[in-house]
Amino acid sequence: MAILRNDLVRLALFALVVLTMPVWLAPIGAAYPDLMQKIAIYGIFAIGFNILFGMTGYLSFGHAAFLGVGSYAAVWSFKLLTMSVIPAVLFAVVVAGLFAAVIGFVSLRRSGIYFSILTLAFAQMSYNLAYSVLTPITNGETGLQLALDDPRYLDAAFATAGPGIPPPNLFGEQLAGLSGFFFCAVLLILCFYLAMRIDRSPFGMMLKAIKSNQTRMAYTGFNTRPYTLAAFIISGMYAGLAGGLLAATDPLAGAERMQWTASGEVVLMTILGGVGTLVGPVVGAGVIKYFENIFSAFHEAKLHEAFSFLPDGLENLLVTATAPFVGEGWHLTLGVVFMLIVIFLPGGLMEGVRRIRGAFTRRPAGQEERGRLAPAE
Amino acid sequence: MANAVLHVADVHKSFGGLRALSDIDLQVMEGTTHAIIGPNGAGKSTLLNVCIGRIAPDTGAVVFDGQVITGKQPHEINQMGVVRVFQTPEIFPDLSLLHNVMVPAFAKRDGSFRLNALQVTSRQTAIREEAEHWLEDVGLHKQRDTLAASLSRGDKRRLELAMGLVQHPRLLLLDEPTAGMSRHDTNSTIDLLRKFKERGMTKVIIEHDMHVVFSLADRVTVLAQGRIIADGKPDEVRGNPVVQEAYLGGAH
Repeated sequence: MAILRNDLVRLALFALVVLTMPVWLAPIGAAYPDLMQKIAIYGIFAIGFNILFGMTGYLSFGHAAFLGVGSYAAVWSFKLLTMSVIPAVLFAVVVAGLFAAVIGFVSLRRSGIYFSILTLAFAQMSYNLAYSVLTPITNGETGLQLALDDPRYLDAAFATAGPGIPPPNLFGEQLAGLSGFFFCAVLLILCFYLAMRIDRSPFGMMLKAIKSNQTRMAYTGFNTRPYTLAAFIISGMYAGLAGGLLAATDPLAGAERMQWTASGEVVLMTILGGVGTLVGPVVGAGVIKYFENIFSAFHEAKLHEAFSFLPDGLENLLVTATAPFVGEGWHLTLGVVFMLIVIFLPGGLMEGVRRIRGAFTRRPAGQEERGRLAPAE
Repeated sequence: MANAVLHVADVHKSFGGLRALSDIDLQVMEGTTHAIIGPNGAGKSTLLNVCIGRIAPDTGAVVFDGQVITGKQPHEINQMGVVRVFQTPEIFPDLSLLHNVMVPAFAKRDGSFRLNALQVTSRQTAIREEAEHWLEDVGLHKQRDTLAASLSRGDKRRLELAMGLVQHPRLLLLDEPTAGMSRHDTNSTIDLLRKFKERGMTKVIIEHDMHVVFSLADRVTVLAQGRIIADGKPDEVRGNPVVQEAYLGGAH
């Protein structure tokens, strides 16, 4: 049941690149655990999103709802059961999957723009419910937090509680700093492997056929509804896992995680990296999280430092020109980058990679088509 | 002779004020090739759409193999063994030719839904060989790895034929299978379809090309303005004055 040799190489490369992030991200100032963790977590979120959007062709605008549900589920597992992250993450995946089954069942009655609007409406409903009616579960605006008097029944059964709120742990090891990152990184690699298996399976082929011509699928003998629902649930579970990991690395959950901007972010990540490719969404997640953390930390003094080698007048001019794009204005940079990519590289960053590789290998014209067909890497 | 595989019983269908089909009663016998001809707008495509569940008739029913299929979902009708090849090619443009034919082969093997997410497509040798075999038969084997979107219209039709044949249908419904093809391709398609006649596959063909109709059909039904005006052996129909007036004479 092993996958193909080429895919094993791809998987190994992916694992290597992910696990060595602390090394190669250091020169660009991004090698701190908090950011790398976010990249890994949002990478998982985007891989799952791509299974629905990239493979099946259904653009959900409400996937952050599953991220939020996963976070709440994980924090509740911490509060009620144990500070171990394994049950928390499993619980997050299961609850998000059930939630996705319900929302998917209703939303998938429509396709195209109507499907997108339905998912958006559901996510905004969840967001507003979390702030109002569901306050007993979500703790409203404050967000769901751990407390000293949480029961933690499983932990209490096996050990006497120490002083203070214990941190989340993995088999007794505290998940903080680099160990937190490596935990997320290993899960990212597993998620990547699973997505690759789906992509290479007959099931994945059917999802792509649905994206290509859904009506034809019915006349080919397929009931497309369970296929789309399965894709929806799988991607919801990926989002739930990401949400659970967010809570595992920082044990609190707030409703803002479910807001439509968060749903939009994963759409951006996927498109930026390359819709329908396996690695693209992870690249997109990395780029966006990098921008968010690095560019937003830039400020005028830093710009002056960066341009200090220039004559004063020019330095000031450049600082004035670039200042709106950093700090609070990092969204502006992101917007410009996003526009440039959508206009010049509609296939996302992965298309850029393919073009560069194509320029070097110079395939004969007849094989160009085959190259385009080769499974995305 | 054998029994009727398909029985269109007393079907009526109106669109608004337009009577598209009235009093249609038609039996297709097992193992035969049954041609439906008629001038444009006679209701031929509507009739085919009723047979595959795309259009629900106002009254009457379609019986396939002793079971009423009116009201069933399109995928259920396909799974029973009724396969249709469309007039405007319906393919999967973003998949390779090989995958285009593998998809229906999977439908035949695995049914209407299967969560086989951990199988590896490229290891499904039986399915792949079967798909390659049909691609070879329609003459598209060399291009098996190209995207279906890049095919010419005629090639898309041949691809769709392979997609239908790979399912080994009990009843194959063909909507103008040679429209847009060159004479040479038309003849090779006729040869291909003849082969299946020998293997006992039942076919219903809608066709404008009389050359195709008279080379393939065992029986011909003539529709005009939503009614059957003649039904019989090709030669009988050809000699029928009503038909000549309504169709052959008028059109040629």
